Amino acid sequence: MDINYNTDVIVVGAGPCGISTAIEIAQAGKKVVLLDRAKYIGSKNMYGGAIYKTALKEIFQDDFNTLPYERIINSHSWAFLNNTGSVCITYQDDENKEAYAVKRSSLEKWMIDIAKKRGVYFAPNTLVKNLIQQNGYVVGVETELEKYYAPIVILADGVNSLLAKELNLREKYEPKDVILSVKETIKLDKKTIEERFNLKDDLTNGVVKMLLGNPEGVKNIFMMGFLYTFKDTIMLGVGANLADLVKNKININDLLEYLKQHNDIQPLIKDGQSLEYSAHLIPETGYNKMPKLTGNGVIIAGDAAGFVNSIHFEGTNYALISGKLAGKTAVNALNNNNYSQGYLSLYKKELDKSFILKDLYTYRNILNRLYDRRGSLMNYYPKKMKEFFDIITSANCKSKSVQFKNYFLSFLKDRNINELIKDGYMAFRCVLDIFFGR
Amino acid sequence: MENNTNKKSIQDKLTTIKYNCDNKTHLKVNQKKCAKCKDKPCTMICPASVYSVDENTNEIIVQYENCLECGACRLACPKGAIDWNYPSSGCGVIFKNS
Repeated sequence: MDINYNTDVIVVGAGPCGISTAIEIAQAGKKVVLLDRAKYIGSKNMYGGAIYKTALKEIFQDDFNTLPYERIINSHSWAFLNNTGSVCITYQDDENKEAYAVKRSSLEKWMIDIAKKRGVYFAPNTLVKNLIQQNGYVVGVETELEKYYAPIVILADGVNSLLAKELNLREKYEPKDVILSVKETIKLDKKTIEERFNLKDDLTNGVVKMLLGNPEGVKNIFMMGFLYTFKDTIMLGVGANLADLVKNKININDLLEYLKQHNDIQPLIKDGQSLEYSAHLIPETGYNKMPKLTGNGVIIAGDAAGFVNSIHFEGTNYALISGKLAGKTAVNALNNNNYSQGYLSLYKKELDKSFILKDLYTYRNILNRLYDRRGSLMNYYPKKMKEFFDIITSANCKSKSVQFKNYFLSFLKDRNINELIKDGYMAFRCVLDIFFGR
Repeated sequence: MENNTNKKSIQDKLTTIKYNCDNKTHLKVNQKKCAKCKDKPCTMICPASVYSVDENTNEIIVQYENCLECGACRLACPKGAIDWNYPSSGCGVIFKNS
């Protein structure tokens, strides 16, 4: 059967990845239809709270200046929580204007308005049920209402990509392959936030805090909390590996509640009104479990391809740039009238040249290395940090020499010495990974 | 961390969320498989507490209306007993402030 194509390319999923893909295609003068299952764009999406400038500027150029951000994040903290307090490192610089706190409902709305101006045809409220295949090629999608045909379909349908699953492009995901994250949006007035976080009275400064360290009694979990200041809300959330949650029979909301009640956090969110609760999965499949990125007539990008570097909290930039590269490949394929897997694998080559696969390659084992030592990283060392600062912050009228000696000896006495060696070896291997990365 | 306290805490949080409720479930469980599942992780890990066990019939109750569409249950289920789909076009959770 000869197919009457309705358009040149169909992009499934209007998040940062799908929108970026569609823009790239439309700007090359091709016809592109972008489909999304949500009624209101962005309303299915959730992230920590900030998007970075470099990738946004690459896609949106001068339109970047109209980004509806609520605050520029210019203060970054890493807090190692112990049961009663924390040890915290803060980097703050008014000139650092890389990260922007934007709500997803505003972010995607802003992106799609620009995309439409650049020629993208956007269809919200449209769930893709299946892909249509013919002679081993993907040739279109089936929505609830109709069949829609295009020589190329790009899957930007997020971490749960049921379409990639349908094509068997991805290996089966296991619980250990994802982080489950929940977040609460907490309303406070603008002035209160600025007072509590020591911010100036304008929106060019804001705070992100990474919150590391497990609650006492919760072991074998690698949890990472986060807090972002918005204009008049605080985003407080936490993520943990799903396999750990299953094994330890912990609901992720328990960890969020722990953070909310922690001595460090509670005063910051006090009297705040809970505005919204949200949840999302983050893929941690990385380089080692990367899907087949292309098939005949089909390309996968963004979260659907597992393009996230969770150690650095990077995901939206991977989505934007992998989308652009997918779009670029689609345009080439259209110009050459070749939609085979072989031709579309140009996409993989483009990704190889970009930071995306370089970084995913470099970090391919680092996450596992850290994860294997999570008891040390999330329970033991935050406790030892506290002990160190207890010594140097208390004029306790005891011999400093004895205290410091005892402190350093405690690393040998607290646990089996093997643990210390394993931690050291892990750190060494991580350094080597980065040194010999791409 | 008491399980009941957590359920209460989740229920409170769910009241903050807006939904456009689908008239049919997008989450189907295979009760036969669930009956053989000892731990029933879905009842513990779901951030919206969608799954619970009916005390009388011992079957899994699915409150799909509360689903946040994260997909955790699909992967956590050791029996592959959850047929997980998206709600119909335009239905399901509506995050406005995330």
